[in-house]
Amino acid sequence: MISQFFVLSQRGDNIVFRDCEHRGEVQKGTAEIFFRKVMFWKEDGEGDAPPVFNVDGVNYFHVKVAGLLFVATTRVNVSPSLVLELLQRIARVIKDYLGVLNEDSLRKNFVLVYELLDEVIDFGYVQTTSTELLKSYVFNEPIMVDAARLPSLGPGGIFMQRSKRMPGTAVTKSVVANEPGGRKREEIFVDIIEKISVTFSSSGYILTSEIDGTIQMKSYLTGNPEIRLALNDDLSIGSGGRSIYGAVILDDCNFHESVHLDNFDIDRTLSLVPPDGEFPVMNYRMTQEFRPPFRINALIEEAGPLKAEVILKVRAEFPSSTTANAIIVQMPLPTYTTRASFELEPGAVGNTTDFKEANKRLEWGLKKVVGGSEHTLRAKLTFSQESHGNIMKESGPVSMTFTIPMYNCSRLQVKYLQIAKKSKTDNPYRWVRYVTQSNSYVARL
Amino acid sequence: MAPPVQSQRSPSPSQPSGKGEVSDLKLQLRQLAGSRAPGVDDSKRDLFKKVISYMTIGIDVSSVFGEMVMCSAASDIVLKKMCYLYVGNYAKVNPDLALLTINFLQRDCKDEDPMIRGLALRSLCSLRVANLVEYLVGPLGSGLKDRSSYVRTVAVMGVLKLYHISASTCIDADFPAILKNMMFNDSETQVVANCLSALQEIWSSEASTSEEASREREGLLSKTNVYYLLNRIKEFSEWAQCLVLELVAKYVPSEGSEIFDIMNLLEDRLQHANGAVVLATIKVFLQLTLSMTDVHQQVYERIKAPLLTLVSSGSPEQSYAVLSHLHLLVMRAPFIFSSDYKHFYCQYNEPSYVKKLKLEMLTAVANESNTYEIVTELCEYAANVDIPIARESIRAVGKIALQQYDVNAIVDRLLQFLEMEKDYVTAEALVLVKDLLRKYPQWSQDCIAVVGNISSKNVQEPKAKAALIWMLGEYSKDMHDAPYILESLIENWEEEHSAEVRLHLLTAVMKCFFKRPPETQKALGAALAAGLADFHQDVHDRALFYYRLLQYNVSVAEHVVDPPKQAVSVFADTQSSEIKDRIFDEFNSLSVVYQKPSYMFTDKEHRGPLEFSDEVGNISIGIESAGTVVPVQRVEANDKDLLLSTSEKEESRGPSNNGSVYSAPSYDASAVSAAASQTLLELAISNPTVSGHAPQPSLEIDDLLGLGLPVEPAPAPSPPPLKLNSKAALDPSTFQQKWRQLPISLSQEHSISPEGVAGLTAPQALLRHMQGHSIHCIASGGQSPNFKFFFFAQKAEESSTFLVECIINTSSAKAQMKIKADDQSLSEAFSALFQSALSKFGLL
Repeated sequence: MISQFFVLSQRGDNIVFRDCEHRGEVQKGTAEIFFRKVMFWKEDGEGDAPPVFNVDGVNYFHVKVAGLLFVATTRVNVSPSLVLELLQRIARVIKDYLGVLNEDSLRKNFVLVYELLDEVIDFGYVQTTSTELLKSYVFNEPIMVDAARLPSLGPGGIFMQRSKRMPGTAVTKSVVANEPGGRKREEIFVDIIEKISVTFSSSGYILTSEIDGTIQMKSYLTGNPEIRLALNDDLSIGSGGRSIYGAVILDDCNFHESVHLDNFDIDRTLSLVPPDGEFPVMNYRMTQEFRPPFRINALIEEAGPLKAEVILKVRAEFPSSTTANAIIVQMPLPTYTTRASFELEPGAVGNTTDFKEANKRLEWGLKKVVGGSEHTLRAKLTFSQESHGNIMKESGPVSMTFTIPMYNCSRLQVKYLQIAKKSKTDNPYRWVRYVTQSNSYVARL
Repeated sequence: MAPPVQSQRSPSPSQPSGKGEVSDLKLQLRQLAGSRAPGVDDSKRDLFKKVISYMTIGIDVSSVFGEMVMCSAASDIVLKKMCYLYVGNYAKVNPDLALLTINFLQRDCKDEDPMIRGLALRSLCSLRVANLVEYLVGPLGSGLKDRSSYVRTVAVMGVLKLYHISASTCIDADFPAILKNMMFNDSETQVVANCLSALQEIWSSEASTSEEASREREGLLSKTNVYYLLNRIKEFSEWAQCLVLELVAKYVPSEGSEIFDIMNLLEDRLQHANGAVVLATIKVFLQLTLSMTDVHQQVYERIKAPLLTLVSSGSPEQSYAVLSHLHLLVMRAPFIFSSDYKHFYCQYNEPSYVKKLKLEMLTAVANESNTYEIVTELCEYAANVDIPIARESIRAVGKIALQQYDVNAIVDRLLQFLEMEKDYVTAEALVLVKDLLRKYPQWSQDCIAVVGNISSKNVQEPKAKAALIWMLGEYSKDMHDAPYILESLIENWEEEHSAEVRLHLLTAVMKCFFKRPPETQKALGAALAAGLADFHQDVHDRALFYYRLLQYNVSVAEHVVDPPKQAVSVFADTQSSEIKDRIFDEFNSLSVVYQKPSYMFTDKEHRGPLEFSDEVGNISIGIESAGTVVPVQRVEANDKDLLLSTSEKEESRGPSNNGSVYSAPSYDASAVSAAASQTLLELAISNPTVSGHAPQPSLEIDDLLGLGLPVEPAPAPSPPPLKLNSKAALDPSTFQQKWRQLPISLSQEHSISPEGVAGLTAPQALLRHMQGHSIHCIASGGQSPNFKFFFFAQKAEESSTFLVECIINTSSAKAQMKIKADDQSLSEAFSALFQSALSKFGLL
């Protein structure tokens, strides 16, 4: 039972505010109370505000999506998982309708958003969050905002970049609006998005590694045809399966409710009638060993009483046909570091280097890294006090963020995507795209 | 919707300030109202949008109510919807205006388009004006029978809305009965789900006054109803599935085979991508198997993988909600998760609320085989840039050390922390080393060598400083500089702001004096003088007390202040196992995230559907009617501690029966009170030796604080003056409430005789026997060898009540009793009565 739902901008403005229960249980002014609490949480030295907290008997739930705060309040002891899941789902439904979710699009379309909310929650109880079902209740036409000048949003955002292989419009296309030509383009997108976490020990040995993957689908097919997705034949799930050398072994996975698993055990195919809008077909988790895409090598050497030198090496261990984007390498330095001067390899392009004075952090950005290449950065540090041989203990670990399109570490694949449709004349576009992103990619010193 | 009058925030330049714009709008709307010009709907839409956007930012636009209603007489559905939105927001504050809308809403309720019928009905029910309820009954009645399922779903919620505006109107119209019928017969699952929500709410709130409603409420949990919903579960939306699962979790199966049927049916729900569905399913599994230790453990094994997958997929917020539940399970059964410790390693980019949970989980799962790796990992975090997490990590290392695994290696690590030269690391490590020494005095040599090298000037935090001073006092014999360090600290008495530190300083200098009198005498004098002049009451009193004690007799003083100590075996747990069990019962709710049972953060009426579960099922109350006792099949929820968390039980019992000096204060307890009670306990223990000299003060303090010293064993059962009311009555919910609120005033364990064990084959006999002694059973359950009984009794001619939980294990021939009483001073007497009754039955 939810009492209120609202969306706040980063500055705390009310963009949407809905009192769901009309019971006057939760007092007015909750949006301000909430925002103040979230803003000041950090200053109280407690880090980020948790997604759920209680102020004067009112429970506040929030999720951050595209820089906006989606908030729900209630006095009742509800399931936190349910409310947070719901908030995330509301954000997704809104994005399905508006194409792009951000402050601007929300402000332009708030009446449509109210229409949606009316059907999603009635008297505090969830009714439906299915983009498809909601279509018949929503009458406002979405007002489109220009997606091109917006920063990319979410993991799918990578596909909006100027890549020739991929149409950029899909992720920002509304499920209800028509294309300028008046006719809808028949197409379906399947994205395999993997977030990888790796921790290297100081000697370069892999301490922990995990892949958290999602097969995400967005369908613009008319007539709701059934779809069959075939995954690797040698895919096995759980530790119980016999491990064939080179097979893909998932620890565990879960599925969207529309997925039928009747043939999954036999031939690893999923069949489903995809609902409208974006949704995860399958989430999976894998701790099987895999080849990490990057090797990091970091070295600190004392170079005099108040000086030290850092040498950072990054080696891309994926095929040269693949290119990683937006790589950032960060390393905390000793607190008594006052200055850092950088030296890149001769001929290095698209590199940025920075010493963040405030949190004593070294930052090295690389626009692109081609598979198989190696890159080195040298930084000369100046200290305000002697280090007593403690430099190693007081710096690091080195962390890295990156995105690698058309590459996945797990080797999980969509072998084919079959659309069951009668007419052969109109062959819909099918896009199967892979992307690997860093989640927590850390090398210790 | 935004509250009408709420724009205290200063309007930004882009936001209109209100008045002028609103009257402008009013004028424009009026012009359009009668117009039939082409395109007029579009202009109206624009104006309506403006009105609603003002409403959202908090400008009062209620003055255009009339115009809005007039304009929306048109058939444009977008306009209608905006108008409904507007009306819903302002009707309550403008009941007269609301009357204006009734007409057109009622007309729309009969529209051809089911969409319009539904929307109009929803708006009608959302008006929330008490004197308009008469207009609701008709449209609601036909709405419930509408051929469109959309209208029916809306109508069912409408009934609930009506109930909240005017309960009597809703009941008089017999709507609950109609909903009940629809719940079993409607083809549309969302209608069924809404009926269930509405009926749960209505019957729960009616149950307090109407017997019928409370019967109906229990009927929701009947086998027929639960099976009917379970068999359709896959047709329900994921949200409605959560609702059904929440209900099923309260269902008490009558046969064991049912449990497996239900679990097999729900097995695939564990693979759902929606975390709320998975958690609700897990709750069902956990509740169903509470009394089956083996299966319960298998459930833990089964749910591990899905939970871990949910934690690592989805947004950080969703993953936090799931992680909190995993945390709860790990804390309950750490051994099941001990091989999964790597999943609880922190990632550098995780928010600190996640890291905190993970650190606690790592601490809990540490055992012989993984401690080394876990501690190595934790030590990495100690150098973390995130200082609060670095601190937590060090504390975690210390806690693991206290768990006794691989202490050797850990002590080395802690000592390395002390050498790291980061203030906060040193501070945390000092506190830990102190706790460690209290448990493992054998490590004192190693620790002291390192602690001795720490300059007290580098230690600023009161807790750390107090720890250092404690060690200086305790080990002054072995620490060469101790008297001099203490002396220099005493010289800076004035600058020491923390009373806790000054208290410790007094005690430490005393201890040091007993061991090395000539070197410390001067410092002691200075400390006592400074203490006597201290403005802080506790510090002053302690100084005065030490002073008089020393004057009286130095060797007595030594007995009091520095008696030989036993090592602490168990530090008190911060949360009682009772509270932990309550949180477990409230699985899949906020209680888990907050780590508090619901009564601590929410008032009764808002405890939600979960509270409902407590009353009906959890304590598994077989309501005692007309002297016949209904035995209950299900073991009371608390019983799972018999099954799973025996270690916890010991933990919480630990402090009360281990006789060591330091058992009471836990390191989490507020600093000052810990210090104070420590002294008192020191006093208490030495009491017998001193009593010959009758030092008045200490005895008085004992009495004042009612420490219940083990002066003599509990009085043997003798004919007590207490008389009980033979016709005592207490309803189950009151019992539960009291049980929750009252502290345990007596907790005892007795051996039972073999005859008694034999007598328990028919528990009814015992219950009848106890009733003969005016002690009534309110609930009982269990299967051999574990039986559990809840009794209550009332004092004759008074409403003072006694509550008893009695757990009997026939295989170990032990009976455990917990007594709670309104009037605690009578609990001894009552206990005696209770025991004599039991012994007459041949149990004791």
